[in-house]
Amino acid sequence: MATVLVVDDSASLRNMVTFTLKQQGYDVVEAGNGQEALTKAKGTKCDLVLSDVNMPIMDGITLCSELRKLPAFKFTPILMLTTESSPEMKQKGKAAGATGWLVKPFNPDTLLATMKRVVR
Amino acid sequence: MSIDLSQFIPTFLEESFEGLEVMESGLLNLDANDSEQINAIFRAAHSIKGGAGTFGFGHITEFTHVVETLLDEVRGGDRAFTPSLQSLLLQSVDCIRMLLEAARDGVECESDQIGTVHQELVAELEGGAPAPATDTPQAHPADTGAQQQKGWLIHFVPEPHLLMTGNEPILMMSALAELGDTELSVLEDKLPEFSELNPEELHLAWQVQLFSDCSEADVREVFEWVEDDCELTITPLMDTAVESAPAEEPAPQVDTPVEQPTAAETPAPTTQETPKTAAKPAARKASQEAGSIRVGIDKIDGLINRVGELVITQSMLSQAGSELAEQDLPAVERLHEGLVQLERNTRDLQEEVMRIRMLPISFVFNRFPRMVHDVSAKLNKQVELKLSGEQTELDKTVMEKIGDPLVHLVRNSLDHGLEPPEERLAAGKDETGIVHLNAYHQGGYIVIEIKDDGRGLNTERIREKALENGLISPDQPLAESEIHELIFRAGFSTAAEVSDLSGRGVGMDVVRKNIESLGGHVSVQSETGKGSTFTVSLPLTLAILDGQLVQINDEVYIVPLVSVVESIQVADSELQGIAGEGRLFRFRDEYIPIIHLRRVFDVASSAATASTSLMVVVEGGGMKVGLIVDDLQGQQQVVIKSLETNYKRVDGISGATILGDGDVALILDVAGLIKIGLEPTTKHELHRKNEQLQVEEEALA
Amino acid sequence: MTDVADMLVDSRQVLTFILAEEEYAVDILRVQEIRGWSAVTRIPNAPDYMKGVLNLRGAIIPVIDLRLRFGFGARAYDQTTVIVVVWVNSGDRQRSIGLVVDAVAETYAISNDEMSPAPLMGAGVEPDFIEGLATLDEKMIILLNLDYLLNSGDLALDESGSE
Repeated sequence: MATVLVVDDSASLRNMVTFTLKQQGYDVVEAGNGQEALTKAKGTKCDLVLSDVNMPIMDGITLCSELRKLPAFKFTPILMLTTESSPEMKQKGKAAGATGWLVKPFNPDTLLATMKRVVR
Repeated sequence: MSIDLSQFIPTFLEESFEGLEVMESGLLNLDANDSEQINAIFRAAHSIKGGAGTFGFGHITEFTHVVETLLDEVRGGDRAFTPSLQSLLLQSVDCIRMLLEAARDGVECESDQIGTVHQELVAELEGGAPAPATDTPQAHPADTGAQQQKGWLIHFVPEPHLLMTGNEPILMMSALAELGDTELSVLEDKLPEFSELNPEELHLAWQVQLFSDCSEADVREVFEWVEDDCELTITPLMDTAVESAPAEEPAPQVDTPVEQPTAAETPAPTTQETPKTAAKPAARKASQEAGSIRVGIDKIDGLINRVGELVITQSMLSQAGSELAEQDLPAVERLHEGLVQLERNTRDLQEEVMRIRMLPISFVFNRFPRMVHDVSAKLNKQVELKLSGEQTELDKTVMEKIGDPLVHLVRNSLDHGLEPPEERLAAGKDETGIVHLNAYHQGGYIVIEIKDDGRGLNTERIREKALENGLISPDQPLAESEIHELIFRAGFSTAAEVSDLSGRGVGMDVVRKNIESLGGHVSVQSETGKGSTFTVSLPLTLAILDGQLVQINDEVYIVPLVSVVESIQVADSELQGIAGEGRLFRFRDEYIPIIHLRRVFDVASSAATASTSLMVVVEGGGMKVGLIVDDLQGQQQVVIKSLETNYKRVDGISGATILGDGDVALILDVAGLIKIGLEPTTKHELHRKNEQLQVEEEALA
Repeated sequence: MTDVADMLVDSRQVLTFILAEEEYAVDILRVQEIRGWSAVTRIPNAPDYMKGVLNLRGAIIPVIDLRLRFGFGARAYDQTTVIVVVWVNSGDRQRSIGLVVDAVAETYAISNDEMSPAPLMGAGVEPDFIEGLATLDEKMIILLNLDYLLNSGDLALDESGSE
C-alpha cells in the first residue's frame, strides 16, 4: 500500500491525518517540520507528501522545493495543507513545485477525497 | 467514513495552550525587528486557528482569525506594533485561553470579555489596516443558453512539465468521469519525434466531452491545481449545435479567464514556460529548537516504574551477594564486581530516566512577565522583573503544583513589598522597583528565590497583628527573624486584610502548606528598607525521596529525611516527667509535643519495655514534634508508590515503597501525622509551657 | 472486556475457592494471579479484615481476608491459604485487590441455565455481595459480585476524590 509523508508542526493535526490514513491502509511517516521531513524523505519511498506551510525550522514551501531536487521526489504528488487560500500563497506553493493544496480546516472525508486526485 | 475527531482534541488543546504561552511571552518582549520572533507568534496563532477549525471549534477559529490577520500585518510591516495593540493582543490571548478552557471543559464560555475584545480587534483591523486586496470571486459570466446545455466541452493542453508537479492527467480524467459520462479524445499532434522524446515530459493533450449538469466551477475544480500549467478552455456543450461541430475546434467565445491564450488552436504554441518566481525563501536559520519528541506522560511514568523495580531488584541482589561474601570462591569475587557495576549503572539509569520528566522552570517563570506587567499597571507601580536560572530543571508534577504558590509570593512582593514610585524616590531609591526570580539546584533540591528591593517586612506591624490574633503573647521575646516567620502561621493574615490589597482570600499559611505538601520548605529574610527574599526549596522529583527507616515493634516506616531535625535517645523518665502524661519534651530552647507512633498507629506492643526510647524530632506544618520509635534502621533513597492506585489515602501516610527484601514499607506524612496525633489539649499545654518558658528565660536574663 | 464476553457466550469460566466450608466463585477473567499466603504490611487503623498491602511486581495492592469481611471468624493461615488477586472496576478505573481465602478449588464453566438469583437471606453474607448461585454436581457454589464487594467498606473510593 502507498506510503504518505505527513508533515505538520501540530501534533493533533498530524495525529488526525495519520489516523485517517492508517485506517485506509496507508503507511504513514510523520514529521514535525520541513527539516525533519527532508531527512526522513531521503530514506523513504513516498507516494504522497502532505505538508503544512507554516512550520518552524523549515517551512513547507522550502521543503517542497528541496524535495523536488531529490530524484525520487521528482514526480511525487505534494499537497500543501494551508489555511491561507490566497492566490499568492498558492502561487508560492506552485512555484516551489507543489502539486496542489488542501485548505484547512478539513475533515477526514475531504482529505481522502482530495487525495484521490493525486494518488491511485 | 466517519472518524471520531474528539480523540485528537486533548493534543490539540495541549499544543494550543503551549502556543498561547509562546504568544504571550513573545508579545511581552516583542522586538519589532526580530522577524523570527514575530513569526513564532504568528505561527502559534495560525496553528490554533487551523486546529480549532479542524476539530470543530468554529468560534475559536473565528476569533483567532482576526488576531492572526493583525499579526500578519505586523509581520509584514504594514502595521505598527503599538503599546495599545500589544495590550489588545494580550487580551486576545486571554480570550483564546478562556475559549480553549471552555472547550476543554465542554462548557460554553460565558465571559463578556470575548465579545468586547473581538469587537475591538475588528475595529483595529478595519481602522488602520490597508484595504485587503479585493479578491474578485470568479466573476460570474451570464449563463447563456442554459436550457439547451447538456454538458461541457473541455480542451486541456498541459505544459510538458506538468508531471513534475506531481499532477497526473489520468486521475483528472477519472475525476471528470465522476461528474458525468465522458467522451475522450487524445490529441497527439505535439508529440515530438521519438528520438527527441523526453520521457519525463508530457506532450499529449485531451479533449473531453463531459455530459453532466454540473457547474463550470465543478469542472474548473478538477483542474484547479494545474490552471497555470496548461491551456484550458471550457465551453458549454450545446444540445444540437455543438454536438455536430468537429470536436477539435472549440469556439472559445465564452468566459475564458484572462490568462487563456485566445489562439488556443494554433498548432504548438510552444511551451512558454510559466514564469516561475525563482526567489526561493532563504533556508531558515536552524533555530535553537532542539529536536524533541512528544511522549505521553504515562509512558514515562511506566518507564520510571520499571526502573524503580530495577532498583529494588538490584538491592535484593546486592543483599544476597553480601551474604555470599564469606565464600572464598573466584566466582563470588566476580559476582561482587558485577553487582557493584550493576548498582552504579542502575543509579545512573534511574537518574537519566528521572531527568526525562524534568522541565526547565522557565515554564513557570514565563507567566510572570505578563502578570507583573498587568499587576504593576493596576497598582501604579513601576516594576522591573528579573529572571535568572530559568533553565534549572525540576519534575513536571512538582512544576505543575508550584505555580500557584509562586504567583502568590510574587503578588505579595508587588502588593506589599515594593513601594509606589514617589515613596521610593523619597527613600532615595530608583523609582522602578525590582522583583528578581532566581532558581538553582542545591543538593537534591531546587531553590527558588523571590527577591524584591522594597520596604521589607514591617516587624512591628507583624508583631502587633500576631498579638491581636493570639499567635504570641505580649512580652514574648522574639528575634526579628522569628517574627518574620509568623507570617506563615495559620490565622496570621485575615481575609479582611488581604482583600483590600490584592483581592485574594488566602494567606501565606496556605502557601506554606502547599509547598510542604510537596515535601518542600519556604522561609523569608527581610531587612527594613532594603527588601525581602522568600526562599522556596522543593525536592526535584516526587518519584523518589531520601528516607530515614524507623522501626516500631516489627514494623518499618519511612520518615522523609527532609523533615527530620534530629534523632535523639531519651530516657523514659524524661518522657514521663513533664506534664504528667509525657506529652511534651524540652528540646533545645522550646517544648515540643511528643507523638508515640506506637499509639497513633495502634502497633501491637512488644513484651520488652526498654528504659530508653528513640525520638526522631521532625518538623512539618511549621511545628516540631518528637516521634517515639523503637529503633532507627539507616537511611536510604526510596521510590515513592501511591497507595491510592489500588487502595486509598491513609491518614498520616503519604505513600509506600518497596524495600530491598521486597517488603512494602509505608512513608510517613509528617504534617498529616501531627494533625491526627496531637490532641487539642496537648496543643494548649504546649502553648502554656512555651510561654512559661519564655517568662523563665526572661527572668534569668 | 468481561462484560462483552458475558454477552457473547451463554456460559462463563469461573474459579472457585473455599471459605468456611462453602465454595465461592469469581469470574476467571477477573483473576490476575493466585499466590500463597505471605506476610503483608499492616495499614494502621484499618478494619480487621484489611490485612495490609503487598508488593505485586512493583504495584502496592491491598489484601483483605474474606472470612473476616464476611464475619466468619478467623482461621489460622496454613499451607492451603492463598491470596487470589482480582481486578475490580472502581469508578472509571481498575484496581487490583488481593483476597485471602482458605484454599482454591476448581475451575468450571457455568452456563446461564445453571445460575439462579441470589436468595434474599444469605448464610451470613450480605445478599448484595452475591451475584447468583449455581448448582453443579449437586454442589452449590456462590458467585461473588466483586465490583460491589470490593468497593464497599474500607475499600470504598474516597468521597473526597483525592485522585
